[in-house]
Amino acid sequence: MFTSLIRVIKAGWLGFWRNRWLSATAIGMISLAILGIISLLLMNVLIGSLITNLEDKIDVSVYFKLDTSEKDILETRKELVKLNEVRSVEYVSRQEALNRFKEKHQDNQVLIQSLRELESNPLKASLNIKAQMASQYENVVGFLNQSKYQEIIDKINYLENKAVIARLSSITTTIRQGGLLVLIILAFLAALVSYNTIRLTIYSSQKEIKVMKLVGASNWFVRGPFIIEGAIYGIIAAVIALLVLHPLLWYLAPKITAYLPGTDLYYFFQVNFVALFFLQLAIGITLGTVSSWIAIRRYLDI
Amino acid sequence: MIKFKQIYKIYPPDCRALEDINLIISEQEFICVAGRSGAGKSTLIRLLIREEAPSQGQILWHNHDIFQIRNRDLPFWRRQIGMIFQDFRLLPEKTAYENIAFAMEVGGRNNQEIKRDVSQLLKLVNLVERADHFPSQLSGGEKQRVAIARALAHRPKLLIADEPTGNLDGLHTWDIIRLLIKINELGTTVVLATHDREIINGLEKRVVILEKGRIIRDEQGGRYIL
Repeated sequence: MFTSLIRVIKAGWLGFWRNRWLSATAIGMISLAILGIISLLLMNVLIGSLITNLEDKIDVSVYFKLDTSEKDILETRKELVKLNEVRSVEYVSRQEALNRFKEKHQDNQVLIQSLRELESNPLKASLNIKAQMASQYENVVGFLNQSKYQEIIDKINYLENKAVIARLSSITTTIRQGGLLVLIILAFLAALVSYNTIRLTIYSSQKEIKVMKLVGASNWFVRGPFIIEGAIYGIIAAVIALLVLHPLLWYLAPKITAYLPGTDLYYFFQVNFVALFFLQLAIGITLGTVSSWIAIRRYLDI
Repeated sequence: MIKFKQIYKIYPPDCRALEDINLIISEQEFICVAGRSGAGKSTLIRLLIREEAPSQGQILWHNHDIFQIRNRDLPFWRRQIGMIFQDFRLLPEKTAYENIAFAMEVGGRNNQEIKRDVSQLLKLVNLVERADHFPSQLSGGEKQRVAIARALAHRPKLLIADEPTGNLDGLHTWDIIRLLIKINELGTTVVLATHDREIINGLEKRVVILEKGRIIRDEQGGRYIL
């Protein structure tokens, strides 16, 4: 049993070495497949963080009438926080609003001057609401439109933002779904090409397989070397993919960060290095061995 | 040892390759299967090694129907049968020695056994000094002798030779035939399929003649007459 295992592994290595060029092609194809899948995965990470960034930027502000007491506003806030859709609610008091206004416009002497001439604070208190997802603002606004809030709420800026929010929410959903679809299709294509390359290497050993069957080799003894060969392809392809990916990300990540602040792919790569490498190994070995397994089946029934 | 019982082989739609074949092969027999090409010799052999199934009938190996053997047991059963072919079917990247050793590796034999048996086999086929040559460096007759040594690696009970001399000239032909006789005398049953009149007439062994898928003659010490 043990001798057979060693012979099978040896034969696998020999087959790999003897068909160097075909092996190189198969490895190249699997490397590309791994790279494709991994870069789509990274793309997904990128899109995910982009969407989170964007979603973080939108919010809905509720402005309260000037004479509303702070207690009523905090009561409303409490109610809002209870909602599942709501991620955070920030209370900005009238004084706070004034401070922020002054800070923002400190260089604009005319505005500051005119503000000083007013006797009272003209700014309204507000609640800044952030929802979990862009599509949920509709519900939050619906909640605030209840009649009991009508007397204290002056206006909700949702209507102004509505178009933007709606578009953003539809874009993010589309990007997510589209990305997944492209990922699946490309992964499938890559697997198909690797499978066909491996089939070619097995086709070239057809005669040898026939002789093996002839001298009474069991199916495992025939299949074994090809599966080992497939696994070798997968391992080498994973290492190559990693060697390509590392400098590529090192070069590209800062440029991407320049466009889309808040996302650093190189950092993501470094943090998840081990997990990514094992993922690549898993993809490579699965692709190599399963392809060999399927491709050799038709040559076995003699 | 082997019994063909009412074997029919019909390739769809209606090519009758074998019809009503009844044949008994005893242990340690030397039997020639003769006939023109297309008479059904190759089909008969393909059925015998279970490469194909008959349309009807049974082939019994020591009273067991060979078509009842499960697929995963098939390789072990096949190791009881050695085969040689007109086109030798050696592995071109292996030397004569390695080609023979390979058959034993496949059978899971250990390295010492392999070393010992391969040397013996090389001696038997008289190729000791050619052990390290590749098939491309050997003559046709030598290649066939390597193939015979390989076929004997599992110490088979039955050796099937399908036109083994088809690619060889007269001198080498008789080398091979004499080797087959010697193997037979050492106790292995030999089935030799050929259409070579001279071999059959020179051998004076049992001759089964096929024509159009039927056995038309089966005689001890027979001659090839059509």
